[in-house]
Amino acid sequence: MKILVTAKRVEDPESKIKVKPDGSGIVQEGLKYKINPFDEIGVEEGLRLAAKHGGEVVVVSIGTKDVQEQLRHALAMGATRAVWVNHAGALDQLGIAALLQKVVEKEKPDLVVLGKQSIDDDQNQVGQYLAEFLGWGQATFASKVESLESEAEKNKVPAVALTADGKAVRVVREVDNGLATLEVQLPAVVTTDLRLNQPRYASLPGIMKAKSKPIEELTPEKLGVDVTPRIQVLKMSAPPARKAGIKVPDVATLVEKLHNEAKVV
Amino acid sequence: MPRADITDLFRIDDLLSDEEKAARDTVARFVDAEVLPIIGKHFREGTFPAHLVPRLAELGVLGANLQGYGCAGMNTVTYGLILQELERGDSGLRSFASVQGSLCMFPIHAYGSEEQKQRFLPSMARGERIGCFGLTESDFGSNPGGMRTRARKEGDHYVLNGSKAWITNGAIADVAIVWAKTDDGGPESVRGFLVEKGMPGFSAREIPGKFSLRASVTSELSFQDVRVPASNVLPGVVGLKGPLSCLNNARLGIAFAVTGAAIACFEGAREYAQSRVQFDGRSIASYQLTQEKLADMLQEIVKAQLVGLRLARLKDEGKSTPVMVSLAKRNNVKSALDIARVARGIYGANGITDDYPPIRHMLNLESVFTYEGTHEVHTLVLGKAITGIDAFN
Ligand SMILES: Cc1cc2nc3c(=O)[nH]c(=O)nc-3n(C[C@H](O)[C@H](O)[C@H](O)COP(=O)(O)OP(=O)(O)OC[C@H]3O[C@@H](n4cnc5c(N)ncnc54)[C@H](O)[C@@H]3O)c2cc1C
Repeated sequence: MKILVTAKRVEDPESKIKVKPDGSGIVQEGLKYKINPFDEIGVEEGLRLAAKHGGEVVVVSIGTKDVQEQLRHALAMGATRAVWVNHAGALDQLGIAALLQKVVEKEKPDLVVLGKQSIDDDQNQVGQYLAEFLGWGQATFASKVESLESEAEKNKVPAVALTADGKAVRVVREVDNGLATLEVQLPAVVTTDLRLNQPRYASLPGIMKAKSKPIEELTPEKLGVDVTPRIQVLKMSAPPARKAGIKVPDVATLVEKLHNEAKVV
Repeated sequence: MPRADITDLFRIDDLLSDEEKAARDTVARFVDAEVLPIIGKHFREGTFPAHLVPRLAELGVLGANLQGYGCAGMNTVTYGLILQELERGDSGLRSFASVQGSLCMFPIHAYGSEEQKQRFLPSMARGERIGCFGLTESDFGSNPGGMRTRARKEGDHYVLNGSKAWITNGAIADVAIVWAKTDDGGPESVRGFLVEKGMPGFSAREIPGKFSLRASVTSELSFQDVRVPASNVLPGVVGLKGPLSCLNNARLGIAFAVTGAAIACFEGAREYAQSRVQFDGRSIASYQLTQEKLADMLQEIVKAQLVGLRLARLKDEGKSTPVMVSLAKRNNVKSALDIARVARGIYGANGITDDYPPIRHMLNLESVFTYEGTHEVHTLVLGKAITGIDAFN
């Protein structure tokens, strides 16, 4: 089973993000970066599937040379090789999906795994566009029934299940009222939700091995994709600061305030 | 939790390679998720968190700087960074890793026969076999050359008699590297013996009543006519330079590592000082006396990190000397201990409880001040290098 997984470079959620005074973007200085946590879950799921059914995980990222750090992280976790689409400058979700489509056509994986969204701009679109462009089935928000404390999780059992004939995958997805199970014919696109698995640590021998694993460089030109964004970011601003809460002496006051001030009960 | 920006004021991160940073970050993540939430309880109860051993092994921490035999083969800088993160968790856990890697796996790797390397190293890297290092005796600490433990040759065996004191991992070890004089020779007759758990006459007993390194096992070892096969003697080294070379390696790691405890104390104290309000609604961080304390801490952390990093780079270039190691161990441990004590004070009464980490680090560092060559012994090593005069005797 060949699995292609995305590894986007995003701001570390624990860094302090500041918007530039002119609203043109965020202040890059002093920021730390990491792999999009949903993508890391995707790498983990890919590695579990490859361990169970044989095959390999190929990881792909789009961006400047810096994204090699995230590719190396995925390689250190156990991916076999990486594809780097070298591109500086703005991209929108359609452009990303178009680039990934070309990478998929070149790599011919059985399964593409992406994060359901990336934690920088929280768009939640690329997986869906990609499936549409490829004409493949999709199962988004993959989750699982077992808890992250279960034996299955400890034993690194993949949550995405291959059907007996090996031609489809069964995916449990989080929906508003609970869990839904989908079966999708391969090749297919899966996007990961938070509770799919607990990604492994990159081990020290893994980090050493990752140094010599190949990273293939591609560009939008080489892939023949015009990535001129169709969406323009006009302005960024920080959400308004939250006002401090108040302490109430007793339940009666709480109910009174909820009723008369907040008007919610 | 990522480091506060101010902690890396000198952008020491920029002096590290991508792999070095990746290795540090993976261990940091492990420490945040799996060590910090539980270590206070282990310290309070005086128990070693044994369940972390297989996790450390899985990460590749054990013997990470050795080549082959299932070890990660990382450079000294990376090894130092890994230990620094473990120390940020707890010095007891870091001591476990230092002993397993630098004091036990290293001598087998450097001085062991091929058969010994195959037999011990892979299982030690996997954490299935725990090692301890027996040099100190109750009457011979700073002066190990005076040791009384003896090994007498009898055919294809050695018969070992004596005892060792203050041995980290002793009571949980599967193999003890015991340094003993052969026959009635002097320090030049010292040999290393691989004494295995279960060999008749070998026993270990935990030392009770410690206020320091409570999450680490410290034991006494006793040997009564223990018959050790000659094939369990380390063939590659004779004399005190055997154990001293191990210590030299371990000390380098420790000098690098202790800054981890200092960083934990500094970052904790900085946060606490900013949120603790006394007089007029102002935080204690707003008072000049507190600011001076924090400034001193940061200044020492920057210096200690640069000393540790430079020493590790020199070691990777084959240029480090024991005198350099003495300076680094002496400076970095003392400054970490001072930082922990001052941090403890900033926390006020809260600082004397184990609800906050500084007193745990402070008490731990008292051991680090004493073991691996006391502060004074390293002073004498430096003094001798500076003046040419040996002040030990
Ligand atoms: C928690 C812990 C774990 C340890 N783990 C191990 C282990 O795994 N393996 C092992 O072999 N050992 C271990 N040790 C032992 C440690 O290495 C010794 O404690 C250390 O070498 C000091 O020896 P000592 O305690 O006998 O002190 P002493 O040598 O008696 O020293 C007492 C004091 O006198 C000073 N002093 C001694 N000689 C001189 C001198 N010539 N000039 C000036 N001052 C001097 C010392 O600096 C010290 O302040 C451990 C110790 C501790 C506390």
